[in-house]
Amino acid sequence: MTSHENGNGTGTTSLFRAGASAPRGGRFALFEPPPVDAVAVEERAAALAKRSIKKATKVAGLKLAISMMDLTTLEGKDTPGKVRQLCQKALRPLDSDGSIGPCAAICVYPNLVPVAKEVLRGSSVKVASVATAFPSGQSPLAVKLDDTRRAVDLGADEIDMVIDRGAMLVGDYGKVFDEIAATKEACGPAHLKVILETGELGSYDIVRKASEIAIAAGGDFIKTSTGKIQPAATPPVTLVMLEAIRDHYYATGRRIGMKPAGGVRTAKQALHYLVIVKETLGDAWLTPDLFRFGASALLNDVLMQLEKERTGNYQASEDFSKD
Amino acid sequence: MATSLTKTGGTDIERKVEPAGLDFGRAWEYAPAPEASDHVKIDPKYGLFIGGRWVSPRSGKYFQTISPSTEQVLAEVAEANAQDVDDAVTAARDAYDKYWSKLKAADRAKYVFRISRAIQEKARELAIVESMDGGKPIKESRDVDVPLAAAHFFYHAGWADKLAYAFQGRKARPLGVAGQIIPWNFPLLMAAWKLAPALACGNTVVLKPAETTPLTALLLAKIIEEAELPPGVVNIVTGAGETGAAVASHPDVNKVAFTGSTDVGKRIQRALAGTTKRLTLELGGKAANIVFADAPLDQAVEGIINGIYFNQGHVCCAGSRLLVEESVHDVLVRKLRDRMQTLRLGDPLDKNTDVGAINSKAQLERIRELVASGEEEGAERFSAPVKLPEKGFWFPPTFFTNASQSCRIAREEIFGPVLTVMTFRTPDEAIEKANNTMYGLSAGVWTDKGSKLFMLATKLKAGVIWGNTFNKFDPSSPFGGYKESGFGREGGRQGLAAYLEVE
Repeated sequence: MTSHENGNGTGTTSLFRAGASAPRGGRFALFEPPPVDAVAVEERAAALAKRSIKKATKVAGLKLAISMMDLTTLEGKDTPGKVRQLCQKALRPLDSDGSIGPCAAICVYPNLVPVAKEVLRGSSVKVASVATAFPSGQSPLAVKLDDTRRAVDLGADEIDMVIDRGAMLVGDYGKVFDEIAATKEACGPAHLKVILETGELGSYDIVRKASEIAIAAGGDFIKTSTGKIQPAATPPVTLVMLEAIRDHYYATGRRIGMKPAGGVRTAKQALHYLVIVKETLGDAWLTPDLFRFGASALLNDVLMQLEKERTGNYQASEDFSKD
Repeated sequence: MATSLTKTGGTDIERKVEPAGLDFGRAWEYAPAPEASDHVKIDPKYGLFIGGRWVSPRSGKYFQTISPSTEQVLAEVAEANAQDVDDAVTAARDAYDKYWSKLKAADRAKYVFRISRAIQEKARELAIVESMDGGKPIKESRDVDVPLAAAHFFYHAGWADKLAYAFQGRKARPLGVAGQIIPWNFPLLMAAWKLAPALACGNTVVLKPAETTPLTALLLAKIIEEAELPPGVVNIVTGAGETGAAVASHPDVNKVAFTGSTDVGKRIQRALAGTTKRLTLELGGKAANIVFADAPLDQAVEGIINGIYFNQGHVCCAGSRLLVEESVHDVLVRKLRDRMQTLRLGDPLDKNTDVGAINSKAQLERIRELVASGEEEGAERFSAPVKLPEKGFWFPPTFFTNASQSCRIAREEIFGPVLTVMTFRTPDEAIEKANNTMYGLSAGVWTDKGSKLFMLATKLKAGVIWGNTFNKFDPSSPFGGYKESGFGREGGRQGLAAYLEVE
């Protein structure tokens, strides 16, 4: 049950367990992260939800959130037609107001990358593709790497990979690390987002450890979820990951991005996440280069709130195009 | 560019951490979000609440209560002299003899429940007035002070008809008239801590609020009036030290409960020597907040912030001495500095304010004096980069590093937003340093290791010990001190004993 003889990830774990003799502060750099107190981290995340975000601050926050969105469709029934429509939505989220948007990226399966690429050519909107046997990751490494290379060949600017949660849970951190590092290499120029699937990891301590591994192995972004598992992104799990990013920044000066995905459905939630980022990592992270929302239903709620701020009235949901 | 935290040695030069690379505050600034206060009615003048009626003070004197954030006068409040206090004690004695001691315990409970519900109904008004009169952020008065005040009445109401079960096999009787003197840091909450157990246990009360923050106690008097408690069961007399002294020394008071400074507590204890009066004192503190290297550090930072900057540090159990295991000192201080950049100081009524105004000019002067002594004694000061408003009394959240145990800032209670950071190497050293104080009210321990936490809890000489958290309060949990932090407990089953004769 615990064998992972499908790739090159065996026998390397001891390398990453040297934290006990690390020098002062050394544990912040690698795999001996500080423990996470669940009660306190949830309390802190909840406290940040109490920031009162009104009027101009709200409008600015909502526009920022739109610019950070990875509009996502990851279904078996996805078609070129559906993806083209989603791309149009990303380019111009609100037909009546061209100043809103565009979104940061479109996130699709590899087969649909060329379709998205064609519509988005010449725009700032990136094409992200999931890869590495998304969403379970339960395939041999060779298949995952091939999946990644093909998605990049098809034109993906960004790759959203999944980690091997099974390996993470049995403590085979070396395998997790090596797969991420190999995927990063296979990405070439494409940016790599590493999905931890926090809903399957079971504790904040493991989320924290997986974050450190993903960062150390070369991930440009760390991402909470595939959207296929509940719970997906939550404020406290995002906070834990942002703390890992902060410690890495303290230790190396390198800025890693963060992407909560799944479960962010309302404008109010989006603003809460922005508050968490603002007060944990500060100004530098309030940009689509370092923070993204992975969402499908969020955009229209944000548009509805923006229209409400502009006109003073709530519009019907039918007034906003579905995709 | 960030500096590596990895150190090879421990010289003084290396211990200095470069300014943090994180930058807070310029992007996406929050707009002001003030809680509307125009619907809150504060009377221009308040009398004394004696025998169920609002009466003018026999002294004929009134004093002003101001908002420490604007220095504007909020109301004029009666100054009770010894005669007024005598009227109040007489009313309380009459109420005890005529009504309160004859009432069935279950009926007594109904009144106390009623007060609790009325506080919940008027929560918003109480929170706003608390923030206006005392300077604390609305976030705290709304989410901590007022809900906890209601919870104290609710909890103690439940005990009223179950006192026989609190002390198994023994008989518990009320004491009679309780004289209660409360401080300015949690005006409504401290009134609740004092009134709720006293009433539930069957005593009648003369309560004196602090002179800088009398308004919410007076609003509470109105609630008690509307709850139709029998006249004289609760009497509220406003005034300063002399009024308090008259309450404590009145011969017909059976029990004195005081929360405030150690100095005044000692004076009360001297005044009561040789009398049959019962006494509980909840006094100062200089709590150690101990962070081990194996602690959840990011959460510990939150606990440190909450421990010392909650209510501007006007908290007797504040975690004002931070003891850090030396191996994580630098990284923790760096995290603390960055976290302090996000603290928002200003208008207490703004819902995004984290740190409000210092309660009074006198307190601000004391904080300034002690901070100056810290600088003179060679400790290194860091203050949050906040802009202080021009009007009102303000002090930026501050901490000192490189402080020694012998510094005044490490020994004296500052009662302000000032933290003193010191290091230790072993658990024994942490315990020794934590206990090296004349106080013993509270302590915090941060470690992921349960066995270490429990070991420390048995060795720290403090009434309340928080594990991986700080400043958590609950009516069911007894609160009180060791040594010069006082004696007696408030809250929980243990707190009932202070208001009962247990045979």
